[in-house]
Amino acid sequence: MTLLWIALLPLLGVVVPALSAGRGRRDCSLATAVLPAIALLLTLSQLPALAAGEALRFSVDWVPALGLDLAFRLDGLSLLFNLLIVGIGLLILLYAHYYLSPEEPFGRFYAYLILFMASMVGIVMSDNLLLLWLFWELTGISSFLLIGFWSRRSDARKGARMALTVTGAGGLALLAGFLLLGDMTGSFDMNVVLASGDIILADPRYPVMLVLVLLGAFTKSAQFPFQFWLPHAMAAPTPVSAYLHSATMVKAGIFLMARLHPAIAGSEAWSVIVSLIGMTTMLYGAWFALIKTDLKAILAFSTVSHLGLITVLLGIGSPMAVLAALFHILNHATFKAALFMGAGIIDHETGTRELGRLGDLRRAMPVTALLMSLAAAAMAGVPLFNGFLSKEMFFTETLATPVLGGLSWLLPLLATLGGILSVGYSLRLVHAVFFKPARETLPKSPHEPPRLMRAPVELLVGLCVLVGLFPAALATGVLDMATRAVLGEPLDFHLAIWHGINLPLLMSLVALVAGVASYLLHAQLLRLIKSFRPVDARLVFEAALQRLGRYAETGVARFEGGSLQRYMSLLLLAALAMGGLGLVGMPVLTGEQGNQPLDGILILGAALLIFGGIGTVATHRHRLVSLLMLSVVGLVVSLTFARFSAPDLALTQLSVEVVTMILLMLALFFLPQKTPRESSPMRNLRDVGLAGALGMVVASLNYAVLTRDNAAISGFFLDNSVPGGGGHNVVNVILVDFRGFDTLGEITVLALAGLAIFKLLNRLRLFMPHSDGEGRVWSPDRYPAILTSISMALLPLALLVSAFIFLRGHNLPGGGFIAGLITAVALILLYMARGVEWTQRRLDFPYQPVAVAGVGIATLTGLGSWLFGRPFLTSAFGHFHLPLLGEFELATAMLFDLGVYLAVVGATLMILANLGKVTTPHRPAKEPVAETERTRPLKEPARPRKEPARPHEEPTPPHKEKA
Amino acid sequence: MESLYAITTGVLTACGLYLTLRGRTFPVVVGLTLLSYAVNLFLFSMGGLTTNGAAIVDGVADYADPLPQALVLTAIVIGFAMTAFVVILAMRARSEAGNDHVDGRKREVGEERP
Repeated sequence: MTLLWIALLPLLGVVVPALSAGRGRRDCSLATAVLPAIALLLTLSQLPALAAGEALRFSVDWVPALGLDLAFRLDGLSLLFNLLIVGIGLLILLYAHYYLSPEEPFGRFYAYLILFMASMVGIVMSDNLLLLWLFWELTGISSFLLIGFWSRRSDARKGARMALTVTGAGGLALLAGFLLLGDMTGSFDMNVVLASGDIILADPRYPVMLVLVLLGAFTKSAQFPFQFWLPHAMAAPTPVSAYLHSATMVKAGIFLMARLHPAIAGSEAWSVIVSLIGMTTMLYGAWFALIKTDLKAILAFSTVSHLGLITVLLGIGSPMAVLAALFHILNHATFKAALFMGAGIIDHETGTRELGRLGDLRRAMPVTALLMSLAAAAMAGVPLFNGFLSKEMFFTETLATPVLGGLSWLLPLLATLGGILSVGYSLRLVHAVFFKPARETLPKSPHEPPRLMRAPVELLVGLCVLVGLFPAALATGVLDMATRAVLGEPLDFHLAIWHGINLPLLMSLVALVAGVASYLLHAQLLRLIKSFRPVDARLVFEAALQRLGRYAETGVARFEGGSLQRYMSLLLLAALAMGGLGLVGMPVLTGEQGNQPLDGILILGAALLIFGGIGTVATHRHRLVSLLMLSVVGLVVSLTFARFSAPDLALTQLSVEVVTMILLMLALFFLPQKTPRESSPMRNLRDVGLAGALGMVVASLNYAVLTRDNAAISGFFLDNSVPGGGGHNVVNVILVDFRGFDTLGEITVLALAGLAIFKLLNRLRLFMPHSDGEGRVWSPDRYPAILTSISMALLPLALLVSAFIFLRGHNLPGGGFIAGLITAVALILLYMARGVEWTQRRLDFPYQPVAVAGVGIATLTGLGSWLFGRPFLTSAFGHFHLPLLGEFELATAMLFDLGVYLAVVGATLMILANLGKVTTPHRPAKEPVAETERTRPLKEPARPRKEPARPHEEPTPPHKEKA
Repeated sequence: MESLYAITTGVLTACGLYLTLRGRTFPVVVGLTLLSYAVNLFLFSMGGLTTNGAAIVDGVADYADPLPQALVLTAIVIGFAMTAFVVILAMRARSEAGNDHVDGRKREVGEERP
């Protein structure tokens, strides 16, 4: 439980600065420090248990289905990092208190900082790979916020974006690597993963996994070739640089390599990749640290260099190398954080960080000068400082390792070169800032910073010196625990300053002497550098991003050219390929069931269907004719349903056919009557080929299914329809009972379509021809007498039929869908026969509420079953006896069917009646008065070729019977 | 019978697809309608082709498979709603763009004007 608190307290601490920001800066800083401090004390309270050598673990299920547990562990490695993260974090907090100017939103800054601290603590304490990854991403996000804290500055925004892009991309690679790891070991649990090193190394996917995980670690720890983001992240406020970019975040990658060391290290690939990349990074960073002139840039590149050093040690991977790596992590964090804070103080007090402008500061800031000099000495690896110890161990390891085989002698050589450079830049830093005579006057007159702002630096430098002097007493304990956590077994070691005169010592001396020389020759060096063209990593990065964007745009444009025909053909091609492949893979098309015998009616029906289909295509340039052909198909389809024992379908198809045709005719009235010839013969041929091929695939598929035994699940419905649903018409029972939820969804879609159409018709500007496609004006006979009288007589009959169909639906063909369609057709007939004006006067209500009420009733019926403690849409039925009518069945499914009925009537009329009303004052419009001018029907230009314009003719608004 | 049925479905599919590949809205709508006939016939046949099957459960043995029927029934109604939506979208597109091309291109020189 303590573990959970250690991880959670910093996370809770994120809200503290937000809450206390109003109470003044001092209170806010203090309050912010409380929870991390408690977490630190809790961590220390676990020391006795850790000293005993066990890893403390705590776990709660979080998302078991993903293998994601809320699991934390505290072992030596976590302890080492926790001390760094929370300890240095608290010092940074103190420093930031003085660093930020009073106008800046310190509450926000603290919140980001603590969020970052919490996510780092999460990383080092995670006992589950996925959890670790979550915290990993959280550090990326919080560091983005911190780097971009001064968001009005362009370099801060760009630097933040670059850091996020690079580390975020690495994070994705890391996730992929973790998933592979989880797949290899069967668990995301850290203990399982760490214990399965042999399985992982033997897995054929090991190289892929290794590269992915290392990508994550290298991007985070700014290893070559991903080092470029770190110097640009220096646009952040200095406390952030000191914290994220020296002590913690950039160590996350190192931590990961150390944590997973037992599981994924130990292969040749690991050693070669990691040590070579580390070596390159070390030299690259050191070189640039030597030639940069911005104080923070120098520190940034030296950080890159030292991270490379640690990486080399992890790559070498021997127990002593791991020890040296951990020791250097500790040392680097102390001296580099001190240096960053010192650089911040200088920046703060003088107003500049440029080496060329600074100088002679030892007079104005003697204490700071002393502290910085000591920290720089530690960085350079001067004896009696902590940096010397770990660097000496580094030299020893490079001498001992056989990592590069016959070329292993290169490593100590390169390591010495790195040492020389590091002495050079450390010396330059101190000398140029504090001792070299100043060339110009500074923006501010420098003086010592506030006492407490210097305190963190003093503490850290004190640690550097003390550890350097008494390594055995101060560092052995924590290093022992940490190495045990990485290696799995205790390591017998002794930290000492003096090992006698040996090769590593010689290397150190060479580095010192040559380093001083390199600084003395610095002027010549700079001249040499100037002969090269400088490359700005940011420009390169931005250019690369823009190039990527352009590639993406070209790629998208190639597929998405805005042509629907193109999309359709691609879609159909894909469908053809899939369906065709499936059919090719089938041994034989005809199944075990043969053909049933044919008869004349069937052949006639099929011929009519084929004739109708081909006719629709052949005449598609004459749209009205094409529509008539289409209606032939529709009618024969409904007959087909009837022929194959599906009366419900036949009824539905018939009534839908009627409304569809009315709809399409009505729409055609407002659209061009003819289709121009546009497609090239080539295009037509391609389309015919594509459609024909797909038609053949569909036909083969259909035939294949039809000739096979179709043991379906329908037996259940047939058996349970009467006892379970109380209805003899199984189709209807399925619709309103068994699959009622589907039906509910479908009527909702129907109502939505109606509403969407209502909205689309709103303020629609229409082209209204006053003649048909052949140039004939519309008939003046607006309401044919016969139709008028028949429709009047038919209406009550039709309503009666629909009521009958509705009521019998549960036991005989019929039901809400069909009844609704019949009612809709009857009402539409009335509209057509008498016109909108006449009908509107008598049926003066909007249809939207009807459709909505239908969906509402159906939903309420479903909800009603909850009242009886049953699942949604459970139906009930019973038999009742009424005088005169006799035996009588009532089912709740009928109420549901009523909802279906209303939804169908409402939606159909909403669509058709509103479309019909478009030409009349009843059209749907939001502001009928204001809109009259703009929505006046627009006339299509008359066709002078066939019909001379008749100026005297008043273009009467045509009506629906013309359609 | 089965082969004839399958051929019919295939022909209707091909006709519908050819029309959906046209460049003007109305033929595309007609094509979609034709395609939905074909798809409905196809789905309907998944339960097998039953001649003279019983329509209701009444102690007889020979029933047509009710499940595809129920699915196709709703598909027919939804198909109507979708056709209506698309055709009205086409009207809207014509009024906004000035032509009835499927890509909704803006008016070009020589095109019809409102």
